[in-house]
Amino acid sequence: MTTGAAEIATLGTPDLPVLPARPRPQPPGAMAASAAFGWRALVKIKHVPEQLFDVIAIPVVFTLMFTYLFGGALAGSTHRYLQFILPGTLVMAVLLVSMYAGVGLNTDIARGLADRFRSLPIWRLAPITGALLGDIARYLLAAGLVAGLGLAIGFRPAGGAPGMLAGIGLLLVFALSLSWAWTTLGLVMRTPQAVMSTGTVVLFPLTLASNVFVRPQTMPGWLQAFVKINPVSHLVDAERGLLAGHPPPGQIALVLLASGALIAVFAPLTAWLYGRHQ
Amino acid sequence: MDGATRLRPGSTAPAVEAVGLVKRFGATRALDGLDLIVPAGLVYGLLGPNGAGKTTTVRILATLLAPDAGTARVLGHDLVSEAAAVRRRIALAGQSATVDDDLTGRENLVFLGRLAGLGRRAAGARAVGLLTAFGLEQAAGKQVKTYSGGMRRRLDLAASLIAAADLYFLDEPTTGLDSASRAQAHQIIRALAASGATVLLTTQYLEEADQLASRIAVIDQGVIAAEGTPGELKAATGTGTLRIRLADPAHRPRALELLTPLLGHPAAAAADPVMLTAAIPAARSAPAPSEQAAAALALLARAGISVGEFALGQPSLDEVFIALTSSDSNTERHS
Repeated sequence: MTTGAAEIATLGTPDLPVLPARPRPQPPGAMAASAAFGWRALVKIKHVPEQLFDVIAIPVVFTLMFTYLFGGALAGSTHRYLQFILPGTLVMAVLLVSMYAGVGLNTDIARGLADRFRSLPIWRLAPITGALLGDIARYLLAAGLVAGLGLAIGFRPAGGAPGMLAGIGLLLVFALSLSWAWTTLGLVMRTPQAVMSTGTVVLFPLTLASNVFVRPQTMPGWLQAFVKINPVSHLVDAERGLLAGHPPPGQIALVLLASGALIAVFAPLTAWLYGRHQ
Repeated sequence: MDGATRLRPGSTAPAVEAVGLVKRFGATRALDGLDLIVPAGLVYGLLGPNGAGKTTTVRILATLLAPDAGTARVLGHDLVSEAAAVRRRIALAGQSATVDDDLTGRENLVFLGRLAGLGRRAAGARAVGLLTAFGLEQAAGKQVKTYSGGMRRRLDLAASLIAAADLYFLDEPTTGLDSASRAQAHQIIRALAASGATVLLTTQYLEEADQLASRIAVIDQGVIAAEGTPGELKAATGTGTLRIRLADPAHRPRALELLTPLLGHPAAAAADPVMLTAAIPAARSAPAPSEQAAAALALLARAGISVGEFALGQPSLDEVFIALTSSDSNTERHS
């Protein structure tokens, strides 16, 4: 094997060879592969922060607008209304951000990246579980932004830091469970835009026709009926309780039950759709 | 540690054995009973016009797509029941695989290095080595969405070289590369085969297949239209040309008279008064072109016509390709 100067230039040096070393390393396990995809998701937040701020603008604007425009009329004072609305907009922010679980998966497929992942000797669902790991960071950022805004303008939850942590924890559990519904949607829709608009069509009625902004007592009966069965209402009740330092066991149990149901239905559906050859 | 024992596939076992592959997309039959045998340890060219089924073939063999009918073994593993074992030994680049637009070049290679099983440090070092080798060190920290088409292709090719494979699927890896990058890609492809791996290369460039591939399959409308070494393909189709320079221009009319009935084609006088050319028919039933040329020279010698110089030219692979893939229903052609 003689190697000329030109070949060294294009085939690399002994220290930096171009041809891969043999033997090929052992493929990563399910955890390591998921961690690699989680790392990629974090890097994406750094490079494409607009994915976070696009949707988080809405709850931020709603918080400010409802508090200062209607707060006095609705609750007697803007300060009292802020205590009421903030747990709701916190929920709204994280749920809106959770849509990106489906958008991101669909984008990978549309761009052809999913094909490269499928050709690798890794656990098939690692791209999805890894993305969900990255989503945790995204949800924490969204929750932190809205909670930070609330604290800055006078939100003073009675539960203090422990209540806030517990509230965000429960919110994370629900958002991660809901993410499986978005990944299912991401595998069914044709384009990332379609995932986004379908997600919005589902989420806006759920968050608006709830107890996020006003108490349902003044609503007409048919709307009250919907608000009562709306899982977002129960989540918001649970959050208000946790943040106020009076955790409501019934509501928390309902939220955990809904989370379990979402995973039981949509995780297997996602796995089946993703594993299926297209 | 199966990597060491599988380092070189046995020279007798083919890298790919596909029988009767069929793939339909709606009403279109992308593959229509494709048979393919790729011997191990060489560069194998899959050549065909766009829409012929090249990428579909690669996607099926790389476990990305299930065939509607037919079976295939890749590196001895059944494509459907042992897909995981196939994935441990293949690498993919080109149209069927891509890199992440939102990440930088370095981040892409580190990420794919981790997925290949490299540790954090090894993945970082491998990324630096590949970025340097492919002339991307300046752009290493820039998002791939800012890259030119050629830079993307180079990063994509680099990504397929992160970890050793026994079979590389390179789907049009040089499309959009400038001539220097293409030459480098060719050198790497040859080096991969020299290291014992098999490279299945799809290309629209006939010249590239001719230069790189030990064997070529011409694919058209979902079936293999012809298969063989580049020389065999040229010999099997099209016609060769015999060029003869006579010692004495006065002998030319007599030489033309003699050669025309022998070769069954009219021999032609060239502009140069001592030159004549004759097409050598290359039908499968006819003798090999070299035998016909020898017979022609012997005939001239017996007639006392002395020959100064002669040459037997093969048809270009272009002519072969056009001949094999021409049909009424498929008139779209790539240059």
